[in-house]
Amino acid sequence: MQFVLRWLGGAVIVLFLVGCGESGSTLTVTGSSTIAPLMTELAERYEAETGVQVDVQSGGSGRGIGDVRQGLADLGMVSRALKAGEQDLDGHLIGRDGIAIIVHRDNPVLALNDDQIRAIYTGKIQRWDAGSTEGRPITVVHKAQGRSTQELFLAHFQLENSQVRPDRVIGENQQGIKAVAGDPFAIGYVSIGTAIYEADNGTAIRLLPLEGKPASLAVLAQGDYPLVRELNLVTHGEMSQTVVDFLAFVTRTDMADVYHDYYFLPAAE
Amino acid sequence: MADRVAWLAGWVLLALVMVPVALMVTALWQQSADVLSVGFLLEDPGRAGRSGGIAALLISTGWILALCLLVAVPVGLGCALYLSESLPADSRRAQWLGGVLDMLAAVPSIVYGLFGYQFFAITLGLGFSILSGALALSLMVLPLMIRSAEQAMRAVPMGYRQARDALALSRWGWVRRILLPCAAPGIAVGIILSAGRALAETAVLLFTAGYVLRRPDSLFDSGRTLSVHIYDLAMNVPGGMPRAAATAVVLVALLVLLNLLVRRVLRQPMTEALV
Amino acid sequence: MITTSSLPLSDRLLGLALRLCGLLAALVLGGIVVVLLVRALPFLINEGAGIWQSTWQPGQGEYGMAPMIAGSLFVSVLALVLAAPVAVLLAAWLRYFAPRLRRPVLAGVELMAGIPSVVYGLWGMLVLVPWINQWVPPGASWLAGSLVLALMIVPLALLVTDAALGQLPLRYQRAGEALALSRVGMLRRVLLPRAAPGIVGGVVLQFGRALGETMAVLMVCGNVVQWPDSVFAPVRTLTANIALEMAYATGDHRVALFVSGLLLIAVTGLLLMASWRLRGVSHG
Repeated sequence: MQFVLRWLGGAVIVLFLVGCGESGSTLTVTGSSTIAPLMTELAERYEAETGVQVDVQSGGSGRGIGDVRQGLADLGMVSRALKAGEQDLDGHLIGRDGIAIIVHRDNPVLALNDDQIRAIYTGKIQRWDAGSTEGRPITVVHKAQGRSTQELFLAHFQLENSQVRPDRVIGENQQGIKAVAGDPFAIGYVSIGTAIYEADNGTAIRLLPLEGKPASLAVLAQGDYPLVRELNLVTHGEMSQTVVDFLAFVTRTDMADVYHDYYFLPAAE
Repeated sequence: MADRVAWLAGWVLLALVMVPVALMVTALWQQSADVLSVGFLLEDPGRAGRSGGIAALLISTGWILALCLLVAVPVGLGCALYLSESLPADSRRAQWLGGVLDMLAAVPSIVYGLFGYQFFAITLGLGFSILSGALALSLMVLPLMIRSAEQAMRAVPMGYRQARDALALSRWGWVRRILLPCAAPGIAVGIILSAGRALAETAVLLFTAGYVLRRPDSLFDSGRTLSVHIYDLAMNVPGGMPRAAATAVVLVALLVLLNLLVRRVLRQPMTEALV
Repeated sequence: MITTSSLPLSDRLLGLALRLCGLLAALVLGGIVVVLLVRALPFLINEGAGIWQSTWQPGQGEYGMAPMIAGSLFVSVLALVLAAPVAVLLAAWLRYFAPRLRRPVLAGVELMAGIPSVVYGLWGMLVLVPWINQWVPPGASWLAGSLVLALMIVPLALLVTDAALGQLPLRYQRAGEALALSRVGMLRRVLLPRAAPGIVGGVVLQFGRALGETMAVLMVCGNVVQWPDSVFAPVRTLTANIALEMAYATGDHRVALFVSGLLLIAVTGLLLMASWRLRGVSHG
């Protein structure tokens, strides 16, 4: 028994010594769940090249902003432009994305104009009115608060959150995609990159054009798509050298393929 | 006649319960078919989890689990010892303490996540780390651990205690040489049950251990467990479903193994312990 | 107990350590409540009444939790209503009608009890919700949440019932057989009523578990903050709300989430005490 106890005590000490390892060169990046997978991969590459660890945590753009302000993170991932009240932060553009309206692949609707979308989301239009979905109630899929996708959507259609009448509230992009893919009468909005990725890979969704402009990367690159958004990394106050290096890394031209993998546009394009 | 009907009705109920679960497990198995292999367990995840395996996650999960048990088991044993040795089973204090433990066991797990986030991650400054996660988890499994150990200890026959008194054994000697070895199977069950509960937990870890995909280098690193990985791959990463399903299969297999271990130790279905 | 005045040091240390450990459990529970309460008190004093409103718009300072409290309760109650009869009847059936199946089925049920909630939630989201959607859109709803929760509750409720039935004295069954009662009659009139306190107490405990479930309901309930007008309407539970919003909530919003956590503790505590009463357990 003595032996066991001594061994246990030794193990605890060893664990702690090991545990108090390198907390030196680590970057913490938190925020938008849209950017998180992209950032995780960029971080993997950065670590392979420089050995600096980068921790990426999801949680929403709101979290990124809060964490950076409180010093809990070195960089915040924010999938929109900074607002008026956020001028204490520095935004660094790393890429572009958009927001696409998606419906189920079998939904015969080909396009909706802004007014129709507004009416659907405020509950004024409640049923589809054409083709195979005629008369069926629309399932309105809306994003939860604190997500910049939601804020941008509301801003574009000049709506307040309290005016929206959702049938389903989702947290992350994939949940939204699965919600629409599993429901022939659903309509939702997600990051364009995610939507195109999924549609290309056979998921049962279709992107609707917005204001007549098709939701494709080409249109996005030309700057014609109406609902674009910036993908930003934000910092607060003075940046350490590691942060500066990392920012330079993620905007390097040879990192573009990672962005393309997720169907985002790197800042340079 | 009524018995006949009841006989049939029972089969219906059985099907009602077993079939959905069977379908669920089969669906998981199918979805993960292309991805599951020994390599899956040995490779690290790549491309934000869309490729590769879950080696780093197994390591993170292992650390969190180990640390959680490292805290919960000694404290749990201590508490159980106190309950079984210092307090007679029907004394006011024993019942009151038992009540507190049951309360703790009933608290929703997300509250442990909230508390862990507020206390461990922020107040103690541990941030999003394996340490935060493991400590929050250990709080969660502590009641279970204490109850199992206490039951095991109280089950040690009265005759042994009387012999101890007759022989004027020291307390510590009694504990070390007789009580613990006797109660060991029950305690082991408690440990395994706690491990199972900790493994299956997701919500607590989202706010304490975080999301990071890499192999952890230290306890202060963030790390992802299998259950969080399943959640993230399914809900956040495009193209992550097959690996989410594969991870789910691995997790369920692990839990099944733990369960089998318990049955081996106990050699009977556990009913009280699970409640 | 030995009462000598010269206890060895190891014993004295042990006694001290044990007493500390014993206090620890009480401290932990108290600690959790205190930490959360301390953060929540100012908010409660200023805006406490507001949590009973029906509008949850943290961006505009509205923290009405009533629909979510209702969501949590409704989803759990329906889950219990669905799961309890199935579990109790199945347990009784296994014991008295198909005793040879009892061991293997219980083993399978124990395995079911071990499946993590994320997996149930995933299944619910990918299979159950689209299926319900085919009957009544939108699919992600109160009913979906209750069905998934019921599936999660059944294993444990079944085991509890089995245990309660197992504790009944054998003479009840023998007496019934001697009187040539049908097994159904025996169950209905004698066995189940006798075992009822234990069964109900255990089942009420599962209600507490259902109330505390987060991941599965997050994925299938729809997460819309509203009073449901039918079982097919989406709802948001307090637990799902915490999970959705904790990450980015600041200031009053975060405190409001703590308050919802405290509410959960309070309700599960009350349920627990009810369960003790029913089971005839005295906990002082």
